[in-house]
Amino acid sequence: MDKSDYEIPGVELAWCPGCGNFGLHNCVRNAFAALGLDRQDLVMVSGIGQAAKAPQYLDVSYFNGLHGRALAHATGIKAANPRLTVVVESGDGDLYGEGGNHFLHAIRRNPDLTVIAHDNMVYGLTKGQAAPTSQRGMVTPVQVFGVASEPLNPVSLAVALGATFVAQGAAGEPALTQDLIQQAIRHKGFALVNVFQACPSFNKLNTHAWFKENTRKLDDAYDPTDQGAAFLRASETHPWPLGVLYRQEGKPVFEEQLAPYRSDSAPLFWRPRSPGLVRPLLQARK
Amino acid sequence: MARKTEFSICLAGEAGQGLHSIETLLVQLLKNGGYHVFSAKEFMSRVRGGCNSTTLRISSQRVEALSGVVDLFVPLAAEAVRRYAHLLTPATLVVGEEAIVKRAGMLDAPFSAIAAELGDKRSASMVATGGVAGLLGLDAEPLLGLIRARFAAQAAALLDVNLRAAERGLALGKALAAKSGLSFDLPADPALAGEMVLDGSAAIALGAVAGGCDAIFAYPMSPGTGVLAEMAGLSKEVGIVVEQAEDEIAAINMALGANYAGARAMVTTSGGGFALMTEGVSLAGITETPVVIHLAQRPGPGTGLPTRTEQGDLNLALHAGHGVFPRAIFAPGTLAQAFHLARRAFDLADEFQIPVFLLTDQYLVDSSGNVPEFPLDGPDLRRHIVAADASYRRYRLTDSGLSPRGVPSFGPGRVCVDSDEHDESGRITEDLDGISLQMKEKRFRKFEPVRHAVLPPDRFGPAEAELLFIAWGSTGPAAREALGRLADPRAALLHFTQVWPLPRDAAARLGQAKKIVAIENSQTATFADWLRLETGASFAPPILKYNGLPFSVAELEARMKEAR
Repeated sequence: MDKSDYEIPGVELAWCPGCGNFGLHNCVRNAFAALGLDRQDLVMVSGIGQAAKAPQYLDVSYFNGLHGRALAHATGIKAANPRLTVVVESGDGDLYGEGGNHFLHAIRRNPDLTVIAHDNMVYGLTKGQAAPTSQRGMVTPVQVFGVASEPLNPVSLAVALGATFVAQGAAGEPALTQDLIQQAIRHKGFALVNVFQACPSFNKLNTHAWFKENTRKLDDAYDPTDQGAAFLRASETHPWPLGVLYRQEGKPVFEEQLAPYRSDSAPLFWRPRSPGLVRPLLQARK
Repeated sequence: MARKTEFSICLAGEAGQGLHSIETLLVQLLKNGGYHVFSAKEFMSRVRGGCNSTTLRISSQRVEALSGVVDLFVPLAAEAVRRYAHLLTPATLVVGEEAIVKRAGMLDAPFSAIAAELGDKRSASMVATGGVAGLLGLDAEPLLGLIRARFAAQAAALLDVNLRAAERGLALGKALAAKSGLSFDLPADPALAGEMVLDGSAAIALGAVAGGCDAIFAYPMSPGTGVLAEMAGLSKEVGIVVEQAEDEIAAINMALGANYAGARAMVTTSGGGFALMTEGVSLAGITETPVVIHLAQRPGPGTGLPTRTEQGDLNLALHAGHGVFPRAIFAPGTLAQAFHLARRAFDLADEFQIPVFLLTDQYLVDSSGNVPEFPLDGPDLRRHIVAADASYRRYRLTDSGLSPRGVPSFGPGRVCVDSDEHDESGRITEDLDGISLQMKEKRFRKFEPVRHAVLPPDRFGPAEAELLFIAWGSTGPAAREALGRLADPRAALLHFTQVWPLPRDAAARLGQAKKIVAIENSQTATFADWLRLETGASFAPPILKYNGLPFSVAELEARMKEAR
């Protein structure tokens, strides 16, 4: 499959010039093409934000829902049809701020889906306020004394919660990031790829050059299967590590434990349902 | 003296004393014995202690409400006598344990002393169950049979102690009946043994399954939790996705994701939880994703009275969600209506791609009784789903406003939905005077067929009535029975089981009534307000009750008389 298979001819990408979203958009398309994903069984899910527009620009089925709720929508989609390949693509504010509670519990559930998080450490769509991942001290039109809260570290949080695949990429490292996305989609279980990217319009601190200087690829000797060690690596900053931080195979996935799928993975809408199904249930109440 | 045709028993005690077990066994026993029975409970928001009550109304006629009269009162705790003194009349027989409860004229029934003798204090509730059965003169074997079935999976010793407790209770009850002169001799109808016993939560859950519901997402909240638990109980046998979400926001958004992918998913909650779901209602509106919302009402604002009843959330259900889009709201009054409307809700939601509400309340979901097996006629379920071909557009503009609904993976086409205003293919648009406006108008066109499908209210009493009572949802059965007792040829009752949209002929249905009186189990007559707005009719002061308890028949009869 070619990446052009996912293209919509003539589509206008409504991002600012120089936005890291362009590079990441390419990584996603290339990863889909390299994996040869069957578009009929592929669904992208996003919330609200500049990153959340990404599925609009691909020729795929998508559910572009509400701010913060992408993981809830995606969990429901997997619950209705476990055979779908579900890829969530949204921003740091959407996934870690408004959707923070869903992030925690989606990891606990371990549905077989991939989350690509655009982490530019700022809010773009709403014009420059702090994101949960903004660094302390960053002055914004709202955080006029600088951001007072500790930044959320999504990858160390995910490792701590036992997410079964946790990786960190950067828009400035397209080959690595594409590979991480491919690994994440191939992984069975909840897979997070947190991707650093610049926001040239609203984040003057964490620029392309800054990310280049402040990230470092994990070396080949790194063993991502030890959760304790992974937590320590994932917690590192200045520089932030890039690569697969943690992976655990074989953990039961959410949808396979649901009553309808214990012996059959057919989607719910395929299953015959007649009112007569309920007759024995009524008779049992006599 | 005319033979009594009904008999009501009020059992009261602390949470943890086994009231629910006593109720469950007695309702089943009485139904199997050929009696109609209706049982409702009121309880405090605590797991142990406090003071709760369950009232069983036994009748030779079908009963779907509490009478308001207590013939036999069984206090299991001292506080019960004080808390429920207002229910007692000189004719009420009080049976309780003198060691615990003080009440002049009470017959001593040492339930816990007998349990202690049997070596298991926990069996006191079974002694009481047997005691009530004995007072009613019921035979031992049917009760012992039910106990054997109930404890079949338990240790033999536990079954044994419960059987002995019931037997001791039966003997005690029979002796007390002889002493008090109580003679329970309602005509029995053996055919009732073939009927079901359900509570409101089970009726909703079974109706949902009959309507093709295959997924439920919920966060526990009284009194909506019962439906979640019922669906979980059915999930293995039927194959239902049951997921306890991290919050109500997740619950409704999961349900919408599931329905997008072709499920028939529902949520269940109460007012406070539903408040969190409102963004999802609006999302269902713009994405035209069907969803069924069971909202079991309890008194607010805020946490309010968590375990009590009220019909206070009609406006919440009606207005939840920003923007303009159609919805339907059903409000069942009886257990049978709970089943049939739950079933209908799923069809309606799928057919029109809208949110559909089941608006119940604590009183209805926690009430139980005998009901004939529901007919399951009608066609097999239609899923209202099409295969998406290569040129598929999810929001194709049509005259009816309904776009054929595809689901991902069914057909080669892409199924794109968006909470932003979108074009026919589901992509964001800001073409304000073009496709954006057309989408708003397309969704607006769906109001018409949704209104066309409205269920008319049930009418009781003459068409030319001068005095018209209006009830909706759970107040219907008590109002209907009270109307019968009024025996006023000038009076009639309209009972609405669909409260939104209102029927187009609502004004005609009010007929020639000179006086219209709304009956609502809430602090304001919300439904009457809508009916007045729709019809222009003027309403007399309403009959309202908002102390967290439902109307009884006797209470409504008195207030309907006053209102004449």
